[in-house]
Amino acid sequence: MRASSATLTKIVPPTVVILLLIAMWWIVVVKNDSAIFPTPWQVVAGIFELGQDGTLAEHIGASLFRVGTGFGLAFLVAVPLGLWMGWVSGAFRTLNPIFQMLRPISPIAWIPIAILWFGVGDLSPIFLIFISSVFPMIVQTTAGVHMIDRRYLRAAANFGVSRWVLFSRVVIPAVLPEIIVGIRIGIGVAWLVVVAAEMIALRSGLGYLIIDSRNAGNRYDLVIASMIIIGAIGLLLDGTTRLLERLKTVKWRYVR
Amino acid sequence: MSDKKIVVDGLTKSFFSNQGALPVINGVSFSVDDGEFVAIVGPSGCGKSTLMNIIAGFERQDFGWVKVDGVERVGPSAKGIMISQHGSVFPWLTVQQNLIFGLKGNGHGDKGALAKHYAAMVGLKGFEAAYPHELSGGMLKRVELARALVVKPEILYMDEPFSALDALTSLRMRTELQRILDEERHTVLLITHDVEEAIYMADSIIALSPRPTTIRNTFRVSLPHPRKISSPEAQGLREAILRELGL
Repeated sequence: MRASSATLTKIVPPTVVILLLIAMWWIVVVKNDSAIFPTPWQVVAGIFELGQDGTLAEHIGASLFRVGTGFGLAFLVAVPLGLWMGWVSGAFRTLNPIFQMLRPISPIAWIPIAILWFGVGDLSPIFLIFISSVFPMIVQTTAGVHMIDRRYLRAAANFGVSRWVLFSRVVIPAVLPEIIVGIRIGIGVAWLVVVAAEMIALRSGLGYLIIDSRNAGNRYDLVIASMIIIGAIGLLLDGTTRLLERLKTVKWRYVR
Repeated sequence: MSDKKIVVDGLTKSFFSNQGALPVINGVSFSVDDGEFVAIVGPSGCGKSTLMNIIAGFERQDFGWVKVDGVERVGPSAKGIMISQHGSVFPWLTVQQNLIFGLKGNGHGDKGALAKHYAAMVGLKGFEAAYPHELSGGMLKRVELARALVVKPEILYMDEPFSALDALTSLRMRTELQRILDEERHTVLLITHDVEEAIYMADSIIALSPRPTTIRNTFRVSLPHPRKISSPEAQGLREAILRELGL
């Protein structure tokens, strides 16, 4: 009884706000008699239209493939590099300034270079996603190593364990919560960037779908339908990575 | 020389900062026999922990030396395991994984059986699969103690091991530790600010001065175990030690 009322208070207020926003949107569009801006109902119809001819699944698949590849490569580079930079102070001193300088450059600024190097195929957005997600993951992993409590390293030194045990049983598990934070940030920016990249150079993907819908006769119902789908998938990606926080070996970080 | 487990001679240590040198330890010398339990008491901030860290090999002294079994100590080793106030049980490993952490190679026979033996000894039976965050402070101390005992160290370095626990748990852990030490004779070096804790367990008590610390006095405790803190001898000793500490 209590549990169900708790979930009710969790679900009801945001639902009410969303319904109010949709109602306001609907009233404003109808009052203004706008020829271009769609009503919520037209957007829902647009989503169905996209879903039915199979193009929607294709666009989603294309975007997810690019994010998966670019992010996967970034992960494979960032975690070992971050661990190394965190552990070896010489590596940190040498590489950190370069990464700190590259990190604030918006991935969008890399688009001309991406096109120059990789053309307008799949490689360009994969490169952009790599660039956007690799730096935050390096920074998080490095910070994670620096944050390891000294008493744990001392205990490992006290027992005189091998380097392998030190890394596999102490350093990596200690950094894992930070790596998961890095993964969340990395996937978040990767999803932002893939849509932006697809709006400029490509013939597929959700970003392309938005630009194409606008160009093909101002189909703003499809533009907004795509935006909602992008938001929903972004939420789903974040929710999936958050599941990693439930791993038993990282729970210590979230209980106090 | 042969039965001296630990010999500390002329240890001196200063910390350096922008304000200049801060002398912390000013020439400390003592020795610990094999199987002896030595407690070091001193006012807070007097450099007890620094002294312990140097003896256990985690920090370097400026002058003087520490010999364990006649060999000069240069770094930490599994021969002497440190148990400190805040503990260092790995929170990402289960109790069982923590217990076998220090066991290397195959020289220990059945790791699982060994872990099980010490888990039972410290009263952790049934908690092997639990993660540390699921345990109370007292249980965590038991894990830490068992993890140390599993590698069969010759020396236990205990730096205020029970001072982060509540008074009742601290008393219980003291009794348990005494029982375990009766089973396995370890050489123990205990740092504490609790004079009663020292009297309850130690064979010999060293009283330190405030920083920069030196040895004020050494007391032998020849009362039989189990000791009663309320006995007149123990109370007399307690007052003598407290007087030495300036109280």
